[in-house]
Amino acid sequence: MSNTLAIFKKELRGYFSSPVGFVFIIFYLLVSNAFFFIVQDFFRQGQVTMRYYFAALPWIFLFFVPAVTMRLWSEEKKLGTLEVLLTMPLRETEVVIGKFLASLAFVFVSLLCTLTLPITLGILGRPDMGVIAGSYIGALLLGAAYLAMGQYISSLTENQVVAFIISLFVIFTFLLIGLAPSQLNQLGAFAHVCEYISLLSHFNNVTRGVIDSRDVVYYLSMVGIFLWLNIKNIEARKWR
Amino acid sequence: MIEVQGLTKRYGRALAVDNISFHISKGEVVGLLGPNGAGKSTTMKILTCFLSATAGQASIAGFDTFDNPLEVRKQIGYLPESCPLYLDMDVVAYLRFCAEIRGISGGERAQAVDRVVASCDLGKVTGKLIGHLSKGYRQRVGLAQALIHDPAVLVLDEPTSGLDPNQIRDILRLIGALGKEKTVIHSTHILSEVEATSDRVLIINNGRIVAQGTPQELVARASGTTVFVTVQGDSAPAGIAEAPFVKKADRIDDMPGGFTRMAVVGKDNQDISVDLYRLAVEKGWLLSELRFETASLEDVFAKLTRG
Repeated sequence: MSNTLAIFKKELRGYFSSPVGFVFIIFYLLVSNAFFFIVQDFFRQGQVTMRYYFAALPWIFLFFVPAVTMRLWSEEKKLGTLEVLLTMPLRETEVVIGKFLASLAFVFVSLLCTLTLPITLGILGRPDMGVIAGSYIGALLLGAAYLAMGQYISSLTENQVVAFIISLFVIFTFLLIGLAPSQLNQLGAFAHVCEYISLLSHFNNVTRGVIDSRDVVYYLSMVGIFLWLNIKNIEARKWR
Repeated sequence: MIEVQGLTKRYGRALAVDNISFHISKGEVVGLLGPNGAGKSTTMKILTCFLSATAGQASIAGFDTFDNPLEVRKQIGYLPESCPLYLDMDVVAYLRFCAEIRGISGGERAQAVDRVVASCDLGKVTGKLIGHLSKGYRQRVGLAQALIHDPAVLVLDEPTSGLDPNQIRDILRLIGALGKEKTVIHSTHILSEVEATSDRVLIINNGRIVAQGTPQELVARASGTTVFVTVQGDSAPAGIAEAPFVKKADRIDDMPGGFTRMAVVGKDNQDISVDLYRLAVEKGWLLSELRFETASLEDVFAKLTRG
């Protein structure tokens, strides 16, 4: 536990010790706010809702989260620091979880920075804060699933750019299969499977303001599976 | 302290370490010597539990590297080849992080950092980013990291590679000092380093141990039996060849001033330079060279790893 905390602190400090972390957050805020105010034309829409904002989030996260996770392992591999880290008395699980929690905290901070939007809405009108709060929780769960996937993919390569592109591609695939069922009704059971494993269909429920335990379990399972794969991949280095 | 039995490591089809066994006692400084790609680094990676062996066993302080990797890692301070460090951290933050993972509690952490900063002479760079440090300082930071928990065993993979001669001397002095209280295994392909620091040398080639012993033993084993003599006098070459203590005498070269250079091997392969001197005095020959060939560790190394 104390090792996980040490890794967590080091990684989180890593995000903010250079301008890169701030650049990521500013980029994320610019894009998501531009989407909210310009693309969705908030002021002419005349509705105090963040529904469309959250609907766009999976696509904004698609670029933002791989940028957050790409360095987590590939940098350690490239610099060779992995060898120092993994010859210290700690378990692979502790490192994987510490890194994951740090990147989750980073995304959490990024989401906190967007709280200016619901506050603005609150000043302008009477938005349904319950839906907004639920959507934020959903956004964090979605982010967690993306992070676990990106972190695992980062452990497969020592090139950060490759890690970024593959993560983007894999997450994109997990989003797209959620769009398939509506077009492919004749596929029957297969469509249901696609719908179930898609990151998008579960998030659509969340943006409607419904936090269903099935969606929560889905996201937590995705996190669990990819962190497990990550641990196994790091352990497997010993046998190569 | 370190016990290795039949250790073998394959990377796919390539055999990196081939059934090696050795033993290192407590307090010994052992140099692992071998050409690049001989299996030195792989052996060290197995000892530090970064890799698992394909076959065989290794244990440190009684803990098996396979069954008990966490205990083994607690006993070891490790400096990998090329000294990898987090370039975006400053020296003290990095050392504190290492101390934290090594389980050094909050109060003692600052003391541990101060201790290694002093012993590795890092006082001038404590606040600097590691990425801004010179190679020599980075190497010292790497060493400080390996020493932070005051380990019983130090594993140093080519600790002097890429350093300038002064830095090499500093690092070797430090290793020498550490060797007084710790068990040290360090690898290198620079022979003068092991001669300067090690109690014992393991020469490893193509994944196998080809020789081991103290530097002096290895040198003695490979030393030649030839005395080189340059002598003036017409009767000298024949006189030397016929001397009773000489087995073989070859004329190598005619030198200016009537000198002749010869390579002479004594009976029983003994050093016969004293006998040759007495003979020359007796016969009134002039000597300008009289030298018993001793092998250097370089010769031993070349002989064992090329032959």
